[in-house]
Amino acid sequence: MATGMVMEMKETLVSLLDAPLADAVIFGIHIDGHLFLETLLVVVIAFLLLQKSYQPEKRPLTEQEIDQLCDEWTPEPLHPPITKEMELSPPVLESAAGPHTVVNGKDVINLSSANYLGLIGHPKIKEACNAALEKYGVGACGPRGFYGTIDVHMDLEAKIAQFMGTPDSILYSYGLATVSSVIPAFCKRGDLILADEGVNWGIQNGLFLSRSTVRYFKHNDMASLEALLEDVRQEDRRKKKVLNRRFIVVEAIYQNSGEMVPLDTVVRLKEKYLFRVLVDESNSIGVLGKTGRGLSEHFNIPVEKIDIITSAMGHSLASVGGFCTGSAKVVDHQRLSGAGYCFSAALPPFLASASITALELLEDNPVLLTRLRRNISFFRSKLATIPGVVVRGHALSPLIFLHLQRSGSFAEDSVILQQIVDKMLEEGVLLSASKRSLLDKCKLGAGIRIMVTASHTEAELLSVSSSLGNVIQSVVTAQS
Amino acid sequence: MAMADPEPEKEQELAKIPYYVALTTYFAYGLLFVYGHFRDFFRSLMKTEKSEKVGYAPLCRDFEDFYTRRLYHRIQDCFNRPIASAPNRTIDVIERVSYDNNKTLFRTNNTRTCLNLGSYNYLGFASHDEYCTPHVVEALEKFATSTCASQINGGYTVLHEELEQIIAKFVGKPAAMVYGMGFATNSTTIPVLVGKGGLIISDALNHSSIVAGSRGSTAKVAVFQHNTPSHLEQVLREAISEGQPRTHRAWKKIIVVVEGIYSMEGELCRLKEIVAVAKKYKAYIYLDEAHSIGAIGKTGRGICELQGVDPADIDVMMGTFTKSFGSCGGYIAASEDLVKYLRYTSPAHIYATAMSPPAVQQVISALKVILGEDNSDRGAKKLAQVRENSNFFRDELRKMGCEVLGDEGSPVMPIMLYNPGKIPAFSRECLKRNVAVVTVAFPATPLLLSRARICISASHTREDLEQALQVISEVCDMCHLKYFPVGMTEKEKALLTEKEKSL
Repeated sequence: MATGMVMEMKETLVSLLDAPLADAVIFGIHIDGHLFLETLLVVVIAFLLLQKSYQPEKRPLTEQEIDQLCDEWTPEPLHPPITKEMELSPPVLESAAGPHTVVNGKDVINLSSANYLGLIGHPKIKEACNAALEKYGVGACGPRGFYGTIDVHMDLEAKIAQFMGTPDSILYSYGLATVSSVIPAFCKRGDLILADEGVNWGIQNGLFLSRSTVRYFKHNDMASLEALLEDVRQEDRRKKKVLNRRFIVVEAIYQNSGEMVPLDTVVRLKEKYLFRVLVDESNSIGVLGKTGRGLSEHFNIPVEKIDIITSAMGHSLASVGGFCTGSAKVVDHQRLSGAGYCFSAALPPFLASASITALELLEDNPVLLTRLRRNISFFRSKLATIPGVVVRGHALSPLIFLHLQRSGSFAEDSVILQQIVDKMLEEGVLLSASKRSLLDKCKLGAGIRIMVTASHTEAELLSVSSSLGNVIQSVVTAQS
Repeated sequence: MAMADPEPEKEQELAKIPYYVALTTYFAYGLLFVYGHFRDFFRSLMKTEKSEKVGYAPLCRDFEDFYTRRLYHRIQDCFNRPIASAPNRTIDVIERVSYDNNKTLFRTNNTRTCLNLGSYNYLGFASHDEYCTPHVVEALEKFATSTCASQINGGYTVLHEELEQIIAKFVGKPAAMVYGMGFATNSTTIPVLVGKGGLIISDALNHSSIVAGSRGSTAKVAVFQHNTPSHLEQVLREAISEGQPRTHRAWKKIIVVVEGIYSMEGELCRLKEIVAVAKKYKAYIYLDEAHSIGAIGKTGRGICELQGVDPADIDVMMGTFTKSFGSCGGYIAASEDLVKYLRYTSPAHIYATAMSPPAVQQVISALKVILGEDNSDRGAKKLAQVRENSNFFRDELRKMGCEVLGDEGSPVMPIMLYNPGKIPAFSRECLKRNVAVVTVAFPATPLLLSRARICISASHTREDLEQALQVISEVCDMCHLKYFPVGMTEKEKALLTEKEKSL
């Protein structure tokens, strides 16, 4: 038994040793040493597997090829071909843009200037400007950081803060650049902004430059805003993210539609959902509120509840430039990070003097506000009787929009409205229709923008509305 | 008349910074940062400041604020100095006082009359002028301070029309349009000119308004080394041959943006070469003449006149009225069709309040003086004076041994300070001696290269300049700013700065 096993083992061993040279029969052919062959095969396979896979050679372009490409490339022209609608010739004023102005040698009633309190040409403002021009010359000749801060600038900032009831304010030298500089100073990539879809281009530019996430809610629709806020809250619950800065951006009276934002609802929502709010009060300072202090006074909301207020001074204050006001921290931060403040020349001192005087006039003459309000309501009632157009905008807004009843696209409406405006100029009334830049993303409709001022008389407004009635009728019937 | 080409080595270096100065500057900043972080740490321990409302993220992020709180506030009295007079050859600087270590500054009623080396007043129009001011007052009487309307919607007056015609003629282009703010001219025009699918190639040291305009457009932005036409060519070749990133489609158009004078360096643009390169590769050129219009060139027509470049070769010429004309606002001059297109679609034209009529009149009057149309030779005198003053001042500063940048003919010249401690020292010591200078630090300049920037005006007299030089010499001795003492040979200078290349 044991011998048998040993014999078996010996045989296996011998056969193993003989194995490399043992016979294999493949397809009837005897092959000597098949294990040797198999080992060789394994080695070859291993060698092939370890080879790099084939990559076509990356040859950089030669100089001649680059030259060829550069020669072949043809750029687009710098501007598209000029069409008929691009040939705009705006009316040229030959006198100040007051309630009356001179165009083409003819005296016309001016409803195209945002001179809501009628302060253009006021003798006190002229006096202040004259004194400033004699003392300071015209320009400030430098940015605020480099000897461009003149004492009138500091006086105006203090005056604005005192007028609005805030700790401090900061001046910008251009209305359009104000909100475009404020928003990027406080919002960067990763922050969240909820804006009305009808905001003006300055705000849109600020939102774009800030690189924050921007979500739009329907124009002046508080339900849409609330739905968006709820959405954000749900998202917060789902994903635990780092707390970022959040803003709601609205305008007090929208430049593109004349609607007024319900500030009480906005403040209630912002406190509920922990957002901050930025209000652009360009069209409401000097218009709304018992003493003209703007939207917060109108709604009886303490001004501290609004985090940032911006405004252009080219409206009721009959000047140029803009300001921003809020808490001390808000204002202080902009002195180093507001692009339009740090890298641009300061506001000319005579314009600062003009603004200070305008604010003083507003404080001393609240009758201007009553006159303005009376004119607005009178004119609106008269315009409502004109067939073929719809009067839009809030009842208290000095910016009244007239939209066509049968309205098509923005471009189509603009053509008809421009015809009305041109005919009105022949009748002796200067009006303007909405114009939109190609960069503007606002989708609101076109209308005639009428800006009522406190200096117009009721007789003038009556004659304007009756001319408008006739002209609109003739143009609209000519269309259909 | 063409200017001689600048020396080739200027292409490589911006400032010769001695090795030991670089080391000490790094050390100084390091110390400031460490100390600042220390104080922040203690502040967070003590929590002396009222914390934000619960649930809200802080309005200003901590690290953004760090520079302001810990570095800027220490030397805050050197910036934002208020004045109580016109920014003429002398200014009345209002003294300020602080009760909490420079954190907040309060005005006092004291003023100090100083020699003004900081305002952009190249031709001396900054204050009451015998020709300009009466016309401006007349314009104010007739047109009031503002039109309260945009140019396209009832804000366009005969004055604006006149200014557009006169500036187009002055610059040598068929048509021009006028804006109320120089910054907004760049930031609203560049997005209109080039959009998605386009490329903006901008000089590395371009102004913040050009950066804002480039970011505001949806085009891609590439940067070429400052004032280096050879690198511009390289960037152009690469861009055109590669096409748009990822899709490799051809670029719709390419715009090269350069400035006439770079105000932080005082350098003139190498316009002739850059125009040649851009034309070879069919790129458009946008020239920002904010500091050069009215200040250089025999008749003040800017860098094109100085370097003999035909204005027709430049596609868009932009400039501002703040510096040489003593007013505010900016202009764009280009072909008639392009100006028509910009009027139709530029947001500043459609939405922003038109330029204030008295300011428009100031520019018109200043231009008339420069062109000699006021029946006097004051304009030619001013132009010659500013050139003479700048060259004299720069040569004297170099003789003193200061490190001064800037090309010949440029009215703006920076004196290098480098070390952060020297910034307030230079500024305060000069103020004590009644000379008002501007010091610039990070972030307007790179961290190591802080400087004091001198702006020369045509209204400075020879005595003013000599007095200023005396004061500066004294202060430079105190602050050890004479890095290259007189008598140092070129070889010694090279040895001292040879390590600069590696920094």
